[in-house]
Amino acid sequence: MKEQLAKIRTEALAALESVKDAAALDELRVKYLGKKGELTAVLKQMGKLTAEERPAMGALANEVRAAVETAVDKASQKLEEAALELRLKAETVDVTVPGKAPKLGHKHPMYMALDEIKDIFVGMGFTVLDGPEIELASYNFDKLNAEEGHPSRDWSDTFYFDADSRVMLRSQTSPMQVRAMETMELPIRIIAPGRVYRKDEVDATHSPMFHQVEGMVIDKNVTMADLKGTLNLLAEQLFGKGTVTRFRPHHFPFTEPSCEMDVQCHKCGGAGCATCKGEGWIELLGAGMIHPHVLEMSGIDPNEWSGWAFGMGLERTAMRRFKIADLRLIFENDVRFLEQF
Amino acid sequence: MNLSREWLNEFVNVTASDKDFAEAMTLSGSKVETTAVEGEEIKNVVVGQVKSLVRHPDSDHMWICQVDVGKGAPIQIVTGAQNVKENDLVPVALDGSTLPGGKEIHAGKLRGELSDGMLCSFAELGLDQRDFPAAYADGIWILSDDPELTGLTVGEDIRAAVGLNDHVVEFEITPNRPDCLSVIGLAREASATFGAPLKLHTPEVKGGADGNLAELLDVETPADDLVPRYTARMVRNVKIAPSPKWMRQRLRAMGVRPINNIVDITNYVMLEYGQPMHAFDYRYVKGGRIIVRLAQEGEKLTTLDGKEHILNANHLVIADESRAVGLAGIMGGENSEIVDDTTDVVFESACFDGTTIRKGALALGMRTEASAKFEKGLDPMNTLPAVDRACELVELLGAGEVVDGVIDILNFVPQPTVLTLEPDKINALLGTDVPKDEMVRILEQLDFTVEGDRVTVPSWRGDVRRMADLAEEVARFFGYNNIPTTLMRGQTTLGGYSAEQQVERQLGASCRAMGFDEIITYSFISPTYYDKIRWPQDGQRRKSFKILNPLGEDTSIMRTTTLPSMLEILTRNYNFRNKSARLYEVGRTYTPSGKDGLAMESKYLTLGAYGDMDFFTLKGAVEALLKELRCENISFVAVTENPSYHPGRCAAVWAGGQVLGVLGQVHPLVAKNYDVDTELYAAELSLAALMDAKGADPEYVPLPKFPAVTRDIAVVCDCAVTVGALEDCIARGAKGLLKEVTLFDIYTGAPIPEGKKSVAFNLTLRADDRSLTAEEADADVRAILELLKSELGAALR
Repeated sequence: MKEQLAKIRTEALAALESVKDAAALDELRVKYLGKKGELTAVLKQMGKLTAEERPAMGALANEVRAAVETAVDKASQKLEEAALELRLKAETVDVTVPGKAPKLGHKHPMYMALDEIKDIFVGMGFTVLDGPEIELASYNFDKLNAEEGHPSRDWSDTFYFDADSRVMLRSQTSPMQVRAMETMELPIRIIAPGRVYRKDEVDATHSPMFHQVEGMVIDKNVTMADLKGTLNLLAEQLFGKGTVTRFRPHHFPFTEPSCEMDVQCHKCGGAGCATCKGEGWIELLGAGMIHPHVLEMSGIDPNEWSGWAFGMGLERTAMRRFKIADLRLIFENDVRFLEQF
Repeated sequence: MNLSREWLNEFVNVTASDKDFAEAMTLSGSKVETTAVEGEEIKNVVVGQVKSLVRHPDSDHMWICQVDVGKGAPIQIVTGAQNVKENDLVPVALDGSTLPGGKEIHAGKLRGELSDGMLCSFAELGLDQRDFPAAYADGIWILSDDPELTGLTVGEDIRAAVGLNDHVVEFEITPNRPDCLSVIGLAREASATFGAPLKLHTPEVKGGADGNLAELLDVETPADDLVPRYTARMVRNVKIAPSPKWMRQRLRAMGVRPINNIVDITNYVMLEYGQPMHAFDYRYVKGGRIIVRLAQEGEKLTTLDGKEHILNANHLVIADESRAVGLAGIMGGENSEIVDDTTDVVFESACFDGTTIRKGALALGMRTEASAKFEKGLDPMNTLPAVDRACELVELLGAGEVVDGVIDILNFVPQPTVLTLEPDKINALLGTDVPKDEMVRILEQLDFTVEGDRVTVPSWRGDVRRMADLAEEVARFFGYNNIPTTLMRGQTTLGGYSAEQQVERQLGASCRAMGFDEIITYSFISPTYYDKIRWPQDGQRRKSFKILNPLGEDTSIMRTTTLPSMLEILTRNYNFRNKSARLYEVGRTYTPSGKDGLAMESKYLTLGAYGDMDFFTLKGAVEALLKELRCENISFVAVTENPSYHPGRCAAVWAGGQVLGVLGQVHPLVAKNYDVDTELYAAELSLAALMDAKGADPEYVPLPKFPAVTRDIAVVCDCAVTVGALEDCIARGAKGLLKEVTLFDIYTGAPIPEGKKSVAFNLTLRADDRSLTAEEADADVRAILELLKSELGAALR
């Protein structure tokens, strides 16, 4: 009997090892483990053994059964794996066939630049303001220190709606500074993006309508060093960490001291190239400490409060960012252009 | 403003390279645009001496010259010019030389004879007859014929020989600093920038000419509020001639054409002092009287440029007792111009009201160098030194004899600005820690006078009026880039986007997710655009803000609708042969109903498309946007009367009782107006209305616990019955179990009778508290079908 069991084990394991398909496996399972199988047949002979022999033989029989069962499971698993492999092979696709992409729309590059700037300032606790484009000259000029007689007020530079030059298309987003000072509680941190209008004929760098973003902070003890720190942060966010900037004295009627900020040319690293017209620097924005008279005109005491402001052109920023050579592309809105961004 | 560095060095010795000079000046506030070296394109051109010349054997006009260029044996050059003689000194472009414009000269053969270079005319060296009046205009420049060209050496570089090597720096001077529109003004800035002493010069006039100035000349300024100061001197026995080479050279470097000694002196002084000067021929100042007055309406004056102007009472003129002889601060009159036989000259050195000059120049379309200076507001204290300098130069040049005395009318009280130096406040504004001593040093080198805390501002610095202005002076020379960089401190503010800005962003993102590209269109349009979109001629919506000084008709009114802007861009893309386009813009319209005479500016989300688009795709896009905003009670109502849209394919979209906008196929006649022969689609949605219709923030609704039962029904009804009506009827017919109705088919044709259609819906029914039985669901469906039948005559198919 012991020999019978050993034989069953050897035969069964060998057969299971080389089983080829599920039907053959099932046949083997029945042959060895089935009710009428070989193992059962052997066990039926247990009765003929002595009481002393039975436990040992029983244990051996169980061991053989367990071994065969394990082998059956293993063979079954192997067959399943083989079958799956076959199926997956049959399902192979050509991964170089183009995907079925949903057509996504694209943000306009100018708005990409603007949204980035908005997010930077919103993150610093700035409020985003909207304001009128058809504006009073008093907001666009007078309350910004550009008195009667300032050249930018000329009809050759600014669009007007009345003969008295009272109502105009704003030529800058700066009137939003005044509107903010007149309506908001101090301290103030705002940015105000939007359309502005100047009487420039359309060419590769000019357009009678373009976009600016204005920024302004008024608080106690605000310094020019703060202005520099914040604008450096903006430059780094826009053009990458380690972007080098420089500040140059400049003049705006509504700031004093005034400055322009240049960013070191990304292309030549300051050595001078075609991109920066040999200067090594690219002008990014104008800024300054809010002129005390401007604060006074809006009812803010310059002895108690100080502030800074900046303004930058958005088309130019987008053009630099995306290497767009001609401003006309921005307003042409050719989908072949738009879909590049 | 161009600056000759040679001239600058007369006042301050700065040896920095052009690049370093430009950078330092830029960083201290005088922005340099470009730097250039005169004649820098000219290379390898030298002074040569013609040793001999013979006729070219094969030409009746060319000469073969042997020219000594200082390199041992003479070289042979063939020339076609006829004015060259033996021993003449001439400019020689050697083999491999370059001339202005990038022209290269190489040795070659001219009709078989070797020519080892070229003899040059002054024009070939980029010069003008005005630069060298003694030179022949046609032919080779015979250097040895010019008495002003002395000490020439054979073989010497031509640029050094003729003085064509000045370094010229072009500045962009901000309008608050008219004092820097002069060599002296920039010298002062350079002196402070480089810490080099400023060497100023006080003009000295010998005078002594015959006559008494008071008898010769009388000046009146009836328009005294527009003439803060009028200073004049006289020169007699003038000999008009070219000015000397050194003066012409400096004028040329600064971009001014030499004319004659007297005119050149006025220009020279203007460049040096920043004070515009004018010279009148005394003969034509009738009665010896100069009257500075406003012009009479219709008064005529022909200016030096030969143009006749008809003036009005806003123009300030210089007149004699009978007529205008000059446009004050802009240009002199032809009738009193300095000419070759002028003998007596009046020099005017005046200060006029900037705004009057600017407006006058603008109105006449003649912004001159003088008017550009006056319009910024000049220093009235500058007129006297300037006129003295002019007289000094007259004497230096031997151009005439100066009459003793000066006419000097002051219509203002000179009052220097005095400020208090507050170092703490300056440091607090800048965020710096600049010691007071350093501030004083900076101010003093700019010619501010500091006594204790009292700062007296120099007369030419009208831009400095208060502490912040002093702070800028300190910052400029402390160095903007030495100011520390700090981050903002102080009270934090919340910031962020307004509800409307958030909706705008959300709508944009949804549009892009549906394949619409964002565009930017001009806010101004042509009035004819209203015709193109077929708006009635007398329609209220045509009332637009009209720009009084537009660039052109096409951009002359502020749009009251965004539709034509969108159609213009669709058309452009169509013309570019782009197969399809889906575009969106959040843009404004401007209607004349705002406060303060301003506009009511309303934002619209405008969609536009052609190609891969139809009514229901567009409607679907609008529905998706509204769903994104969780708008409720949305309905679409057919619009047949909108002239811009297809009468059978246009809908107004409503949220409850509020119209959100309109959408549909653009009227084919409108498309035709744009020369587009494909279907155009557009939607115009009011952002304000969308904001009102926007649903509340989402609130979680428990997911269904019990299964739903679905039933499909198809009903046959008249073609005129709308799907909307059927759906409405289904919703009302159900007895509380209906959760969703989805249209899935509309069919006409056999076997459905003519005039009828079959409409099929998928109904989803569910109870929230139990599993529905088929009987319960069927009962609801029966009720729905009964109502469809009784209300709309729609029978189960």
